[in-house]
Amino acid sequence: MSVRSGRFRLYAAVAGGNFRRFATYRTATLAGVFTNTVFGVILAYTYIALWDERPGLGGYDQAQALTYVWLGQALLMAMAAMGGGFETDLMERIRTGDVAVDLYRPADLQAWWLASDLGRAAFHLLGRGVVPMIFGALVFQLALPDDPLTWLATLLAVLLGVVVSFALRYLVALSAFWLLDGAGVAQVSWLAGTFFSGLLLPLHVFPGALGEAARALPWSALLQVPADVFLGRHTGTGLLAVYAFQAAWAAALLALGRLLQGLATRRVVVQGG
Amino acid sequence: MTSDFITLDGVEKVFDVRRRTGFLRRERHQVRAVDGITFQVPRGEMVGYIGPNGAGKSTTIKMLTGILTPSGGRLRVAGIDPARERTRLARHIGVVFGQRTTLWWDLPLIDSYRLMRRMYRIPDARYAENLDRCVELLDLAALLEVPVRQLSLGQRMRGDIAAALLHDPEVLYLDEPTIGLDVVSKAKVRGFLRDLNAGSGTTVLLTTHDLTDIEQLCRRVMVIDHGRLMYDGPLDGLHEVGQSERMLVVDLERELPPLEVESARVVRTEGPRQWLAFPAAASAAPLVAAVAERYPLVDLSVREPDIEAVIAKMYADRGTS
Ligand SMILES: Nc1ncnc2c1ncn2[C@@H]1O[C@H](COP(=O)(O)OP(=O)(O)OP(=O)(O)O)[C@@H](O)[C@H]1O
Ligand SMILES: [Mg+2]
Repeated sequence: MSVRSGRFRLYAAVAGGNFRRFATYRTATLAGVFTNTVFGVILAYTYIALWDERPGLGGYDQAQALTYVWLGQALLMAMAAMGGGFETDLMERIRTGDVAVDLYRPADLQAWWLASDLGRAAFHLLGRGVVPMIFGALVFQLALPDDPLTWLATLLAVLLGVVVSFALRYLVALSAFWLLDGAGVAQVSWLAGTFFSGLLLPLHVFPGALGEAARALPWSALLQVPADVFLGRHTGTGLLAVYAFQAAWAAALLALGRLLQGLATRRVVVQGG
Repeated sequence: MTSDFITLDGVEKVFDVRRRTGFLRRERHQVRAVDGITFQVPRGEMVGYIGPNGAGKSTTIKMLTGILTPSGGRLRVAGIDPARERTRLARHIGVVFGQRTTLWWDLPLIDSYRLMRRMYRIPDARYAENLDRCVELLDLAALLEVPVRQLSLGQRMRGDIAAALLHDPEVLYLDEPTIGLDVVSKAKVRGFLRDLNAGSGTTVLLTTHDLTDIEQLCRRVMVIDHGRLMYDGPLDGLHEVGQSERMLVVDLERELPPLEVESARVVRTEGPRQWLAFPAAASAAPLVAAVAERYPLVDLSVREPDIEAVIAKMYADRGTS
């Protein structure tokens, strides 16, 4: 077995284990599905009212806007834009010093948590995403893509989005090495994630420079980009361009995370006796 | 020198601590957690590393695993500088921090072991063999399918010890592995460690507050306090260093005023029974002869000092100096 395939199998096991871990929280999953559905209904009626007033707002017709709502609900937990990801765990481990255990193992901290968060996202996509999406499609008039390739293209955009989301949250989590209590930073990041991912309103709705800026920020890779791929706004080279946009943010933020991780583990102290 | 597996040479760790002394005012000061420690541990030895709370034991172990960088001095484990090559060192070492767990909290115990197998790339046959041995000796068979969060402290600790050993580490660091365990679990863990050290020749560095662990497992003990090594040698040697005393207990025919003999002093009387303390290094024979010659002696016994008392005395002496 080569070193590389060995590494791959380790991180696959980490991802698989975390998937199963989340699968053990059955009541939490049920409650979460319920919350997503209710939240989706509220947003859907808000959007209907809005699009009745301003048809074609942001370049979406009403069916597309409603599709945007329900895709948002389906991806909400997978993207962990409002929290619920690994960052709370890691920050707690840094604060209590349990991170010591993660550090004396022959595994890379960032790769470990990325694998773990991908496992979580996969569970949340299925466990928290499928039911609200089906509910939305049954109760509202949605514009679902006919072409199976569009679904596949969306899945890739979702994967890239999760990696960008991870890379952002990894920076947030590492701040705990210096601040010890990273709760404040985490809340700011969740707030930014909620707004700039386009979860409340599509970023195309915002005019001028503000809209331009919002669409250029990494959070737009979380929901705005996958939703637009799903709605067929990006095809051909346009599709490649948005993938490149996501991948570039992912690479840049992951690299920054590595840099910070190096500083943290070399200079900073592991807490506790 | 080649046989020394762990070497520390004047190792120091200084923590910068910032304390709030008032509104917006902060005071910086330094804690010398480890203050120039030098020792060697040859391959295959089992060493006890003891000291009072805050002595610097855990800090030393963290430096030996590479998760803390020493502020000064030189440190090598298996020829590797731990802080610089943490990941390479990881394959050579096993670590158990009594208060922490490496196990996957929400998943069955066996899942954590499968993960270890991937992480350390343990060959299949090796893995099966080591797992079987740990399961048998640490009594884990009934626990493998139980989620770790449902294990008792003692069960979890046994599970953690097994997890640290599946990859055949050359050295095992144990930071308080018997903390909170009952008598039976402690005995099981000690028996396992003894077999491991004797059978596989694993080097073991053990930190504990339970001196019975040390008495039963380690021939060599190191005592550390305020970050300095106070003693390094055989367990028995502690008595001399600690100036411990043995106790001669005599039963006399009748109640008498405290006896007067050279080289011993009466520390307690109770009716016809008296307790005479004398240096642990001295022989009891002349003292017994002297007492028997001058006083109506009925019965006697000699009590060895217990190690606990010796060490308590050592810690206390340091504290006042
Ligand atoms: N992260 C840290 N920041 C500041 N000081 C620390 C830190 N970790 C340990 N110390 C200090 O270093 C000293 C040694 O701590 P250490 O945890 O090594 O003690 P110990 O011998 O393991 O004690 P115990 O028996 O209580 O576990 C203590 O005075 C402690 O306050
Ligand atoms: Mg300690």
